[in-house]
Amino acid sequence: MGRYLIRRALFLVLVLFIVSLVTFLIFVKLPAADPARRAVGRATTPENVENARRAFGLDKPIYVQYARFAKGLIPWPGLFLNEDVYYSYSNFVPVKEEIFRRLPVTVALAVGASIIWVLIGIPIGIVSAVRRRSIADRAAMVFALFGVSAPVFWLAYLFLYLFWFKLDWAPSSGIPIGVSVLEAVAQGRFIMPWLVLALAFAAFYARMVRGNLIETMGEDYIRTARAKGLSERRVIYRHGLRAALTPVVTMFGLDLAGLLGGVFITETVFNLPGIGQYAVRSIFLNDFPSVMGVTIFGAFFIALGTLLVDVAYAFLDPRVRYT
Amino acid sequence: MAEPLLEVRDLRVHFPTDDGLVKAVDGISFTLAAGETLGVVGESGSGKSVSFLTVMGLITKNQARIQGEIVFQGQDLLKLPPEEMRNVRGAKISMIFQDPMTSLHPYYKVGTQIAEAIRTHQKVSKREAREQAVEMLRRVGIPRPDERADQYPHEFSGGMRQRAMIAMALSLNPDLLIADEPTTALDVTVQAQILDLIDRLKQEFNASVVIITHDLGVVAEHCDHIQVMYAGKIVEAGGRRDIYYGAHHPYTWGLLSSIPRLAEEEAHERLNPIRGLPPSLIFVPPGCAFHPRCPHAFDRCRTEVPALLPANGHHASACHLALEDKERIFQETVMVRR
Amino acid sequence: MSVQVNERPDEAPVEERRPLVRIRGVRKLFPITRGIIFQKHIGDVHAVDGVDLDIYPGETVGLVGETGCGKSTLARVVMRLYDATEGTIEFDGRDITDLKGRELRLLRRDMQMIFQDPFASLNPRKTIGSIIGEPFRLHHTVPRNRIKAEVQQLMELVGLNPEHYNRYPHEFSGGQRQRIGVARSLALRPKLIVCDEPVSALDVSIQAQILNLLEDLQEEFNLTYLFIAHDLAVVKHVSDRVAVMYLGKIVEMAAGATLYRNPKHPYTGALLSAVPIADPDLAAQKKRIILEGDVPSPIDPPSGCRFHPRCPNAQFPKCRDEEPFLEPHHPGQVAACHFPLEDRAVIETTDAEPVH
Repeated sequence: MGRYLIRRALFLVLVLFIVSLVTFLIFVKLPAADPARRAVGRATTPENVENARRAFGLDKPIYVQYARFAKGLIPWPGLFLNEDVYYSYSNFVPVKEEIFRRLPVTVALAVGASIIWVLIGIPIGIVSAVRRRSIADRAAMVFALFGVSAPVFWLAYLFLYLFWFKLDWAPSSGIPIGVSVLEAVAQGRFIMPWLVLALAFAAFYARMVRGNLIETMGEDYIRTARAKGLSERRVIYRHGLRAALTPVVTMFGLDLAGLLGGVFITETVFNLPGIGQYAVRSIFLNDFPSVMGVTIFGAFFIALGTLLVDVAYAFLDPRVRYT
Repeated sequence: MAEPLLEVRDLRVHFPTDDGLVKAVDGISFTLAAGETLGVVGESGSGKSVSFLTVMGLITKNQARIQGEIVFQGQDLLKLPPEEMRNVRGAKISMIFQDPMTSLHPYYKVGTQIAEAIRTHQKVSKREAREQAVEMLRRVGIPRPDERADQYPHEFSGGMRQRAMIAMALSLNPDLLIADEPTTALDVTVQAQILDLIDRLKQEFNASVVIITHDLGVVAEHCDHIQVMYAGKIVEAGGRRDIYYGAHHPYTWGLLSSIPRLAEEEAHERLNPIRGLPPSLIFVPPGCAFHPRCPHAFDRCRTEVPALLPANGHHASACHLALEDKERIFQETVMVRR
Repeated sequence: MSVQVNERPDEAPVEERRPLVRIRGVRKLFPITRGIIFQKHIGDVHAVDGVDLDIYPGETVGLVGETGCGKSTLARVVMRLYDATEGTIEFDGRDITDLKGRELRLLRRDMQMIFQDPFASLNPRKTIGSIIGEPFRLHHTVPRNRIKAEVQQLMELVGLNPEHYNRYPHEFSGGQRQRIGVARSLALRPKLIVCDEPVSALDVSIQAQILNLLEDLQEEFNLTYLFIAHDLAVVKHVSDRVAVMYLGKIVEMAAGATLYRNPKHPYTGALLSAVPIADPDLAAQKKRIILEGDVPSPIDPPSGCRFHPRCPNAQFPKCRDEEPFLEPHHPGQVAACHFPLEDRAVIETTDAEPVH
């Protein structure tokens, strides 16, 4: 296992390297407004622009520029997303600072939604699988189809319109200045975003659990369990579900890890100051260091999440052994 | 005359499917005495597995239309409510299956799975159940059972897994053990070990055994009574010598003629296969289901379903041929090869 | 030694008959690796570990053994689906051990294979006409407009209805699918057909049909078969000579009848003893040789005679230290054992004379 972990850790660094390189090259190729100009703002004299350019290192050749960014890849405090390089062109705040300031919002959104989608999706999947072709199953699959097909932004606006505007059940979204994340949660400002985000995932998980459980329940060891005289309940939960949920657990880890890198659409529509909103804004402003920083941050989480999930798999399935 | 352990009366198991009604088991009746080893022989589609899955209650009224009676120790199992049937299943009647790799749960230790069976039917502590499980593993010949009980199925070899399954099936001292193709997935030397184990344990645990298989050799060596099934019906039933040295049904003759014999003198001797293909269970041929493939069929066979009638004592066959003809044809076609 | 041993009983002396397939010293090892980034080679699976074998034209050689004995691997090495790690393979007088590319493909016209699983070995997306006709298209042996006719002729030959040309594999039963496989292998009129467990997945009555078909085709087309199975009765039935394999080596080889009456290697004896006989009286006569334990893994084969840990006859230290070589016993029979079985070790026969 130790060997395996070392290999995966090296792989993680490789992934970050590739992601950052590709992102960098995209930006280099994009015909965008000169960031130095933009940074300088109103005072666009040639010297100012030149100074700005030098400050951002834009006068240096490309590979040197990339090398400066690459230094920020190493996931070590002090080096990771270091401040001299990862410094926003547009709002003059170090990227790292901005990310960590916004992190609690994204975490609250992601974690809250994940709890909801697990609590909704998995039971629906189980009921569907156990009572195949019944009304409950058909209704569940219609729900799933809807959840998977409905675009998040459409759902978000629909919810906003219905529950806030028309029915006035939910508080307006967004977090006013001065309200901490915890307070915002308590005020119910996250409820709609949670539901919107959770719906698509819940639908997907319901389908996945249903499919896995149906397949698992057809396995020979289920027949053996019944042959032993176990109650049907025990057969489904301790034998069927235990095997069927293993891939779901890994999927969950990956989904959650991905969300921690930023929930782009939901944050933007609901005006929640999380990492996703920051990323979207930076993209439109062509704020290269910020985009780079957010991308690397997200990639790091996803790669780490993949690693943790794979390790977890070894604990869940005794047949898996890593060397 | 002791009461039979198991008596099946006119059992029918029909599965409604999109293509039609699959008559997997279509009217079988037989008895099993205590201490007997019954061999049930047939090819795929004969209904041999389905009949015993129904005896176990693993095929239920939710999945198929079941008629008839399954009387076990005086009780009709088909009339039992599910909770009571669950008490019988695993404790009074146990079953082991063909592929021991897929029949054991890959995520739980072997000892845990056996202990689970024990605790389902007996009020014992976890520790006691585990001790019993270890003891069962020892009795089926697994070395170092204490260590093995803490291992997972994939750490066992094929033969050991089947032994573990047998241990699990016998852990509650059932009166009847059903083995569905117990050795088909195993190497031949391991096969011999497992069958010997079943023979030995049958004595030790005083159980009756049913071996379901397609292998006529296995049945010849380990079973006292034999039933041959075809298209959901029993076509012949009798003692060991009756079947091998005096079979009365053309399908049995066909089976006996079509297997390569280890003892034959020459290689390349021509086998005498049964012509044609096994019948559809939805559109079963009228009259005797075997008639399209039978070299001795005549008019009556195409219209009238033959009943399973005894020729003498326990030897019965479902065929319209006269007894003298059966005996003669057997001598001419089957015995000649010996 | 190998020259005399592989002499086919009752046939012309060996100098006049050249073997179609000649295998010498073949080993096939699969490496096991371990490492962080760079994989280090720490061991091998000794799938085939030193096999000599001759197969004469027109005969059927049976290869029998349990899991891990290497019979399937050996077959694939002969077919050049795997490269041999060591040793030579000669086919029809030609050294084919290192053939590559175009020459290897041309070789395929002369040797073909029938596989075990009739469900998995046919491409479910192709019609059977297309499957059977594929060899013609690949090797350009038949003009395009004649392919269908040839294919239909093949289908009739193997007992399939030529009108089913456009049907898909899933529309056929197991036995019929196996016939499709046979037809495909026959298309190019090969000299050698390797049958890898061709009837193991079939019902008993269908098995017999396919075995008869293979016999008929052998006569009609003068085919040579290498027939692999784990069922000793089936192998003995179809083969002229049978080779018993254990952990990558041939431990005994003889004509079927000789093997049955007078097995010399204890493993052969154990196999014979284990095969159930569909005849209660004969079965009762069988002497029991029950082996302990399970079939071992070919990763770390035992020293000396590989069978010594399980052998009821083993004597130490000889069996543990010295590897036995194939030595002749009855005419046409060889076995590799320091303390071979006596005659009639498993079956007492009542016949007057044993068959040679």
